[in-house]
Amino acid sequence: MDSTGLNITGSVVIRNNRIYRNNVVIWETPEDQPLPDFLRAAYDHFSGQYPKFHKMDHLSKLGWLAAEVLLQHRPFTGYAPEQVGLILANRSASLDTDLRYFDSIKEFPSPALFVYTLANIVMGEISIRHGFKGENAFFTSDAYDEQLLMDYTKQLLAEGAVSAVLCGWIEVMGSGYEVILHQIEK
Amino acid sequence: MENLMATLKAQIVEQLNLQEVKPEDIGDDMPLFKDGLGLDSIDALELIVLLQQHYRIRIANPEKGPEIFHSVRTIADFITAHQQQNN
Repeated sequence: MDSTGLNITGSVVIRNNRIYRNNVVIWETPEDQPLPDFLRAAYDHFSGQYPKFHKMDHLSKLGWLAAEVLLQHRPFTGYAPEQVGLILANRSASLDTDLRYFDSIKEFPSPALFVYTLANIVMGEISIRHGFKGENAFFTSDAYDEQLLMDYTKQLLAEGAVSAVLCGWIEVMGSGYEVILHQIEK
Repeated sequence: MENLMATLKAQIVEQLNLQEVKPEDIGDDMPLFKDGLGLDSIDALELIVLLQQHYRIRIANPEKGPEIFHSVRTIADFITAHQQQNN
């Protein structure tokens, strides 16, 4: 139990083409590597076994990757699917993909892009991968309000709505991105 | 027909962003959905877009979709029949 009053059992941060797990850099590529190449290289390094990854937008790829890095290291074991929740937030919602989709409309609207024009799709991708079926919420705010997410998570745990949660910030807009994802257990 | 099927395989890999599949991995008669290539409903929509974009063919009857998009060969047959009809 830390100062938040929550049992945070793992954390991952992805920024500047570095992946940190529990405050330690576990993998990195040169900072000038473009985001799509960084995501592909990270996928190859950490997974390579989930072809659907390539169809995801950048937001879902970042979230999926962060969850993968956390749960490969320490899987949620012993929790019913309905007891695992997801509480996420970001600044730009799905705007990065919305703009790409808008661009595709000029010729042929892309169904594959359209399905990612909602911010909470990233939670669906993580849930499908890991079989989570619990409570979820996606907030949009100017800055990462960790207190809000922690309080929300605390409330869900106190109510018994969930026993384990992935909670944090997954932001992407153009080439800028940042992921902070915590693994919290009762 | 062989050329058309080879072209279609390359277009499917590109349009559907199948980065871990090579065109030559797709068999002429391999089912494209479920246990075959494992495509999903969004991929089906992308295939419809592919036909419109590259072959200017609109699927008039959506119920024919499963039959048309069963395999690369069935798509090629459909395109060929459509082109002959319009010549």
